[in-house]
Amino acid sequence: MTDPQIAIMMLGIFVLTILLGFPIAFTLIAMGVAFGYYAYYDPERMQYFFDNRVFDLLVNQTYSVMANDVLTAVPLFLFMGYIVERANIVDRLFFSLQIAARNLPGSMAVAALATCALFATATGIIGAVVTLMGLLAFPAMLKARYNTSFAAGVICAGGCLGILIPPSIMLIVYAATAGISVVQLYAGAMLPGFLLAGLYMIYVVGRASLNPSLAPKPPAEETQDVSTGEVLIMLATSFLPLAALILSVLGAILFGLATPSEAAAVGALGGLVLAAIYRSLTWERLKESVYLTARTAAMVCWLFVGSWTFASVFSYLGGHDLIEEFVLGLNLSPVAFLILAQLIIFLLGWPLEWSEIIIIFVPIFLPMLPHFGVDPLFFGILVALNLQTSFLTPPMAMAAYYLKGVAPPHIQLMEIFKGVMPFLSMVFLAMIILYNFPQIVEWLPNYLYGR
Amino acid sequence: MTDFLFLIDKISAWVGKAFAWCILIMTFGVSYEVFVRYVLRAPTSWAFDISYIMYGTLFMMAGAYTLSRDGHVRGDVIYRLWPPRVQAGIEFVLYFLFFFPGVTAMIYAGIDYASYSWRFQEVSVMSPANVPIFQFKSIIPVAAFFLLLQGIAQVIRCVICMRSGEWPAHLHDVEEMETVLMHHQEDEQRMAEAHGGEGGGQPR
Repeated sequence: MTDPQIAIMMLGIFVLTILLGFPIAFTLIAMGVAFGYYAYYDPERMQYFFDNRVFDLLVNQTYSVMANDVLTAVPLFLFMGYIVERANIVDRLFFSLQIAARNLPGSMAVAALATCALFATATGIIGAVVTLMGLLAFPAMLKARYNTSFAAGVICAGGCLGILIPPSIMLIVYAATAGISVVQLYAGAMLPGFLLAGLYMIYVVGRASLNPSLAPKPPAEETQDVSTGEVLIMLATSFLPLAALILSVLGAILFGLATPSEAAAVGALGGLVLAAIYRSLTWERLKESVYLTARTAAMVCWLFVGSWTFASVFSYLGGHDLIEEFVLGLNLSPVAFLILAQLIIFLLGWPLEWSEIIIIFVPIFLPMLPHFGVDPLFFGILVALNLQTSFLTPPMAMAAYYLKGVAPPHIQLMEIFKGVMPFLSMVFLAMIILYNFPQIVEWLPNYLYGR
Repeated sequence: MTDFLFLIDKISAWVGKAFAWCILIMTFGVSYEVFVRYVLRAPTSWAFDISYIMYGTLFMMAGAYTLSRDGHVRGDVIYRLWPPRVQAGIEFVLYFLFFFPGVTAMIYAGIDYASYSWRFQEVSVMSPANVPIFQFKSIIPVAAFFLLLQGIAQVIRCVICMRSGEWPAHLHDVEEMETVLMHHQEDEQRMAEAHGGEGGGQPR
């Protein structure tokens, strides 16, 4: 067998092993070392068993993850997220937004969507957003005789926006993988993020006004007695602090006042202050946040250690070249290539989660982008949009499972899936719009940084 | 055997949690840097080094703790359909194929790498502050060692499960909010059902 064939075999064995359900980070490390031992085997150096350059490769790759100045932002943003998640903020936010939106059709759904989007943006933790909202907004909507599927779809789709709208951890991870600037990627993701949130909002309002039985108006006596001033005060104490936190973190990054890690650190500090103001900063909660940050950071970053070791051996054996040759040999047009790549990522999103897809599979496409003249930044935004679906499509629709886990027992998983479908088509619509108008992605980074 | 398993779990959790506090040092250290840079116009020379050293130490040393809580991501589409005995049997084999070789290689290579760095008391080249990084490089073999230890505990878990047909319980620890809320909800439903069963004949 030639080396590139061995590389393909390596990838094949790896994919099979994923299916067996073993922790992926360690599979990658072990396979990288084993195949690397073969790849770097040099009979002249073989004084003893461990005399092989693969061991240098392993520690060097590990150290480059440890000293990576982009990934330093990951634990800080996670920490900020866990602190904000525990700040008892979501119920205030939902009820004040609900009253502020009371004159819109489907006011509760609109408020739930806005709460999800804002809260998910601040925390970036989908599971927490969906379960918290599933306990708070979902029963409230059901009580107001909203259609079950409609209400479920709003919460699942809204909760996933946090991985797209900056400051999102997924985009940092993509930037580290693709070697592009986080700052420019954040700038590029702003408008597409708002586009998708806007499409969701249009869908919710449109659907509710066309078919009022899906989202009945609350009885007049419950809402009419709130004056505009009171609404403003409610918003000032719930919506404003969180929005200010997010905007200051984002603003500092986009206007170049601070690096993403610095902004994340200040954001985490801001989260602590916010939690203290809401009187929810207890020793117990701080401990929980610290420990969970460590666990999630270890999950993401060990995946990087494995992936970088695996990928360097894979490409040393010529695996990347072989795949590249194969894809280039198909004579695809750039559009066909983009569609094919996104289709593969969409399909991978069924069984896998975003972290595995971005850290392990996206790098396979990255070297091909220059051939097709695709901007890695643009590609990253498409991937980020696409991965919204990985939380919403069965069989691994995590968002739907989280909601099912906290919903009343008579709610069926199928009802939730049914409600999610229209939002999935909004994601596809957003992707089609971006394909046709890439300026939506490129305008802000070009304007701010003159790329 | 269970005692030994829980002992390793406790060691991993203790180490992971101890180093988890690096996040606070990182938060305050980096925020301090931003503060002195903009307010006092006097940036520090050490904050950048501190930030990546804290980050690297944090995630490396939490690796074993995360493994003990089953927190490392896995593609479990097919895995979760199997009965526990099959899961444990396959995992048992895979630990020897895909876990111990890689982790052992990391200990071996890491010791080499770190001892070289210790020999000339390596300092960071990122800043003029001469922040030492030989201790940071030593994290690689140390973290891999704790992973190896936790790997032994995981193998014991598999053995217990293959014998009894049930995964042994984990020690109590903090959980993600969604997990807590979902369990809480399940418990409440169970209570409500039990309650409903007893009080079924009550007049309304």
